[in-house]
Amino acid sequence: MSPGSPRWLGPVMLLPAIVYVIGLVGVPFVLSFFYALGDVKVGSVGWHFVGLANFRSVLENPTFRHALSNSFVFTISSQILVLVGANVLALTLKDAFRGRRFLRFLILLPWVAPVSIGSIGWKWILDSLYSVINWVLVRLHLVKPLDVPMWLGQPTLAMISVILVHTWHIMPFATVILLAGWTAIPKDIPEAAAVDGAGYFRTLFQITLPMLLPIVNVALLFGIIFTFTDMTVVYILTRGGPYDTTQVLPSLAFFTGILGSDLAEGAAISLFLVPLLAAVAWLMLRTARRAEVT
Amino acid sequence: MSDGRPAGALERVLKRGILLAFSVALAFPFYWMAITSFKRTTDLYNLKNNPFLFSEPPTLEHLRLLLRETLFLRWFANTCFAGLLVAVITLALAMPAAYALARLTGRWGEQLGIAIFLTYLVPPTLLFIPLSRIVANLGLQDSIWAIVVVYPSFTIPFATWLLMGFFKAIPPELEDAAMVDGLTRFQAFVRMVVPISFSGIVTVVIFAFTLVTQEFVYALTFISSAAHQTVGVGVPIYLVRGDVYYWGSLMAACLIASLPIGILYNLFLDRFIAGFTVGSVK
Amino acid sequence: MAVVETRGLTKVFARGQVGAVLGVDLLSREGEFLVLLGPSGSGKTTLLRMIAGLEEPTSGEIRIGGAVVNALSPRERRIAMVFQSYALYPHLTVLGNIVFPLKAQGMPASEREKKAQWASGLLGIGHLLGRKPRELSGGERQRVALARAIVREPSVFLLDEPLSNLDAKLRASAREEIEQFQKKIGTTTIYVTHDQIEAMAMGDRIAVMNHGKVRQIGTPSEVYDDPADTFVATFLGSPPMNLVEIDGAVVGFRPEHLRPAGSAPSGGPSMSLRFRLGHEEYLGSERILYGTLGGGRFEGQKAVARLPSTHGRRLAPDEVAEFEISMRDLKFFDRASGTRSSPVPLS
Repeated sequence: MSPGSPRWLGPVMLLPAIVYVIGLVGVPFVLSFFYALGDVKVGSVGWHFVGLANFRSVLENPTFRHALSNSFVFTISSQILVLVGANVLALTLKDAFRGRRFLRFLILLPWVAPVSIGSIGWKWILDSLYSVINWVLVRLHLVKPLDVPMWLGQPTLAMISVILVHTWHIMPFATVILLAGWTAIPKDIPEAAAVDGAGYFRTLFQITLPMLLPIVNVALLFGIIFTFTDMTVVYILTRGGPYDTTQVLPSLAFFTGILGSDLAEGAAISLFLVPLLAAVAWLMLRTARRAEVT
Repeated sequence: MSDGRPAGALERVLKRGILLAFSVALAFPFYWMAITSFKRTTDLYNLKNNPFLFSEPPTLEHLRLLLRETLFLRWFANTCFAGLLVAVITLALAMPAAYALARLTGRWGEQLGIAIFLTYLVPPTLLFIPLSRIVANLGLQDSIWAIVVVYPSFTIPFATWLLMGFFKAIPPELEDAAMVDGLTRFQAFVRMVVPISFSGIVTVVIFAFTLVTQEFVYALTFISSAAHQTVGVGVPIYLVRGDVYYWGSLMAACLIASLPIGILYNLFLDRFIAGFTVGSVK
Repeated sequence: MAVVETRGLTKVFARGQVGAVLGVDLLSREGEFLVLLGPSGSGKTTLLRMIAGLEEPTSGEIRIGGAVVNALSPRERRIAMVFQSYALYPHLTVLGNIVFPLKAQGMPASEREKKAQWASGLLGIGHLLGRKPRELSGGERQRVALARAIVREPSVFLLDEPLSNLDAKLRASAREEIEQFQKKIGTTTIYVTHDQIEAMAMGDRIAVMNHGKVRQIGTPSEVYDDPADTFVATFLGSPPMNLVEIDGAVVGFRPEHLRPAGSAPSGGPSMSLRFRLGHEEYLGSERILYGTLGGGRFEGQKAVARLPSTHGRRLAPDEVAEFEISMRDLKFFDRASGTRSSPVPLS
């Protein structure tokens, strides 16, 4: 207890924030379970309990299974690329040099610009007719002019494009976090390793990377959440196409629940996000506890 | 070098090279937005022209179109309006909450702080379906007010966490001295702590603002008519006639929507990092 | 076991010269405990790091065991270093820390095991092998750092202010541990510190440094009783040597040598002076007297005297008493350069 304050002051100061968050996060969260277990549609009035029928029909839908697999594939692929790229970038940014602030500004842009804006920019760059990438590829004689890659029109290429845009968007965020981690390593640890006779790679893999692990975890877990739960990139780049081949859980939920007006099924789809979020939250808490002891 | 010795020349060149390559790859789309914004349509859609060069003189036509004949300025106004209100609401609720957690609650306060932070991890793509119903029941559908009411639900958790760290770093002796002088705890909070936390407050405002501009799902779900939309949804969705994207104006809009935020973020970057890592590592 | 030698060793930095080393010639002796003593920015740490191979010299030679090592990596120089923060690998256990250099050397596991047992036994940390550094006290961490250093049986030990991160209370016992340890293993050791008490207690010889140069190198009694210049004279000893200007020359004498008449400890011919007490500090075992001198050329000069508490009666403030200094306790310095010069008649 703290002196000079009535016992109710703390809770009272907390209350508005908590009410707000419970009201607009907790209540909808619970509601989504109700929807998924019922038969609500936009404009419908009653609610009837239908048990796991929605979940069953969702799981039987091949589009859903494809979207589920896509969610994992996109997330895992982009996070691998992000981790490697961000570490390399953080290493190059670690030591000060002239113009570092400006380069940092450039590197930050994909993260700070709204993801919808960045996505529509990429849509133009990957346009079926006017793609600048294709123009360059043709000029370099890597592809024939009549046979240019349809970045957003061909299923495999479309998936690759979505993964690349996600990677592009998350990279600055991960870089910033990893940079903080790299600069937090005391200078004398790698020196001690050098005195102990460790070469570049041994120092990197046995000393510095393990020390970075808590921070890498933070970057990774946030990155997983941002990518797995994002529907914007898919919505803007491909609308889930061609023919629902690039759907992910959140975008499918949107198409089903809002555009398709089937709130119950949409809710059921989006609830599949919960196990992943719970796992990530648990991992984060464990990491935080371990990291704070260092 | 990882053994503490200064980098050799080769290593430095390698580093610069990698850095440059990454910077180009990451910033390229914005560069491309800039070029596209000022290229004439006839130049833009002429497949024979080199897209990196201006084969015809640059033009301000796309910009004119964007500002005069589309709803872009309207969206901009909506976004600023929402951003400001969301920032105010966030501050009004997060500051007392953060202070309570930092000073007034002890052990269960720590747990609660973590719990609050965890709600930040609950994504809009999970909540948007039930929220669409709630918004409709409140009569806020297709209105910017839906945004103003709903957004604080995710800005408040992060802001609380950020400010909590801030308040904890202020030595409690300050408030103790004020209370010895006769102020109540709440008065001490308002008169001493708040003014000192100015930079934390500014950070929260910037953060709230950028979140409003970046958000997509809720805006897309709750707002159905073009005139009420925010920039983040209006630009990619409504700058199209029929099936045809007006790329020139579209890219100009993207540029205008990205650069100011980019500059702001660059200035406040270190605070945000502290929010993400210090908070989770305590 | 090797002798460390530097010839004309110089390091200049691009931005500012704090910590630079300007042409140092150093020759250690086999198995000695050599202390590099100096204030911050004197270049002592830079010198140590160049010997270690962590800093590249601008010019000059470093030899270990007779061979020029400038081009060799720290590992190849067969040196071991204990850093100020100990630099223990936080994610490895104590055992992991100790065997790390052996692993880097490619030593097979059975041999590593043996060596680790030996090193941890030497330092009495066998019971800590499974712990992580964050679970250890400051003193325990120092022992782990020493174990990790010694496990490779290096030819030279380098220590960079290892006691400065410890609590004052801990410092004395940790200091003794390092001294005993070095005597036991007998490896040539170079030890950097800014603390003159540490230097005097631990060093076989002390190299006093300032502004990148070695002002004097000698045994503790040589640098204390026979300082080469005013810097060395005032850096060693607390309170520092009294320095008084007497037309054109500088005369120095240590506070413990300024005594009430009849009790100058060094014997021999002595000089009489009056001493007016300004104020006194009682430190338990001794008293520090701050006052003004009188008589002859010393009239009006401030001086500090240091008497054991057991000695005689106490002076009252403003009281004037007869004091004396043995002539042999007076050191003369050149006023312009600060270096020792020959005695000057003083009457």
